[in-house]
Amino acid sequence: MPHETHTDRVHHVYGRLHGHRHAGGREWSEQGRPIVELTGVSSGYRQTLGIAGVNLKLWPAQFLAVVGPNGGGKTTLLRTILGHIQPREGRITVHGSPAGGSSLGPVGYVPQLEQIDLNFPITVEEVVLLGLSRHHQWFRRTAPEDRDRAHEIMDRLNLLELGDRQIRELSGGQQQAAFIARALLGEPELILLDEPTSGLDIRSRDEVVHFLHEINHSGVAILITSHDLNWVAAHLPWVVCLNRHVIAEGEPQEIFTTEVLGETYKGEMVVFQHGDMIMVGERPHSPNGG
Amino acid sequence: MMPAVTGFLEPFNYEFFRNGMIAAVIVGAICGYVGVYVVLRRMSYIGHGLAHALFGGAVLSSIIGLNFFIGAGVWALVNAVLIHLISHRRLVGADAAIGVVTTTSFALGVAVVSTYRKFTLDFEAALFGNLLGITPTDLWVIAGTAAAVAVAMIVIRRELLFSTFDPEVAPVYGISTSRTELVFVLLLAVTIVASTRILGVTLVSAAVVIPPVIGRYLTQRFQTLLIITPIIGALCAAAGMYASYFLDLSSGAMIVLTFALVFFAVGGRRWLRGSR
Repeated sequence: MPHETHTDRVHHVYGRLHGHRHAGGREWSEQGRPIVELTGVSSGYRQTLGIAGVNLKLWPAQFLAVVGPNGGGKTTLLRTILGHIQPREGRITVHGSPAGGSSLGPVGYVPQLEQIDLNFPITVEEVVLLGLSRHHQWFRRTAPEDRDRAHEIMDRLNLLELGDRQIRELSGGQQQAAFIARALLGEPELILLDEPTSGLDIRSRDEVVHFLHEINHSGVAILITSHDLNWVAAHLPWVVCLNRHVIAEGEPQEIFTTEVLGETYKGEMVVFQHGDMIMVGERPHSPNGG
Repeated sequence: MMPAVTGFLEPFNYEFFRNGMIAAVIVGAICGYVGVYVVLRRMSYIGHGLAHALFGGAVLSSIIGLNFFIGAGVWALVNAVLIHLISHRRLVGADAAIGVVTTTSFALGVAVVSTYRKFTLDFEAALFGNLLGITPTDLWVIAGTAAAVAVAMIVIRRELLFSTFDPEVAPVYGISTSRTELVFVLLLAVTIVASTRILGVTLVSAAVVIPPVIGRYLTQRFQTLLIITPIIGALCAAAGMYASYFLDLSSGAMIVLTFALVFFAVGGRRWLRGSR
């Protein structure tokens, strides 16, 4: 079992042998080679280690979330996978070969909306067409077939009518869809999204999960980071709990327990389970501090 | 010919005005074009700082008898690289790096001027621009530089747009944000060197910053902004040149005041309409 190579801190929650998995309505295969495999990876900025001894495999068409506290290494993990940060220890392989520089191949990345200047004077279509940058040559204009493909993707994500609008005029969910469309235009086999539901209302979060499931069903692997445990529990088939180390990995119903979340967030967490539904709550503090 | 038209064309009888007008229009246009990215990247301070840093180079090249464009150009490029290197060490921000490098460079120029007082007139021209000093050779240098900068900016337009709008994601698409920024800062330095003859080191940053801000008031579309901003820059520069001739005031100052007048007119109109 691959998880026997994980650190002792990882909770062994798999009840089955690896092979064909089915969770949350989407299937992925753990046969062959993973798109990306991290083995004992430690990395971070300057003297600080964001992640330490992380083992993780991302399989084709997998859909997983990484949850954990602020400063727990979620963004460091994404940046390490993207090659923006070089690991200090451990090994990263892409399709079985050692990763190096830009060898990750077609990968899409959607950063947090808060990191983007949404007042920038740019239309939705211009944002989406930036996704062609990897293939563009100097002086080459956008080819009609590229524009057609962009329109096709925008149509799938209900953005076609909004192509001429300024990005700031869209709802949070539509903005997120525009950045997902940009990622899709590069024909990725893996999309990484950093807190895609951050700052979004319930309706927008619903839109985002709808888009993501549709993309995942077309065979694209998706890794997201999130603080929204209830949204993850309701919609995502596979979760990694990260706090510098991988604390646990598995289906939300299996690993969203008081024990695992308490260890992940270093605090008391309340978990309610009713059938397949899981709710994670906060224990209220009494006025006298008790 | 009607007297009004004759009066309007009268300044063109003088070669210094013709040369100055052509140079001002080119400078207004190229500064506006480069300035779109300066403003959107929130780098206005770098334009201001590089222009001031140029003073040291202008002074030294004058003393050792080197051509202004070569001496000041090399000086500006060295300053641009220094700013880039210091700010990318992450220990200090870009604003602090610009403050350190450019004020040192400017102070060096001031120190040399105080030693060689006989050059005061030349240095006044370097500080505030000198319309009378535009020779046909200067004109060719300004035009050639502007054309080269414009072509380079068009070639790297996708890298510039992506790294300006979303620097976090641009590297995922194979765009080196650091390299793009260095190239951009070097192009900005070259633009400022070419523009200093007209506007002087103290006023040139206005040509880089104000037209794009006016453009932002007039359009919310990036491609339109790239087209209208050089036009605004060129028209304001031409109007400023006319005002300078007829009011007998400093050309650099009148060009900048024209930018400011249009800025307040357009901004005031938006304010009256209730939009920000």
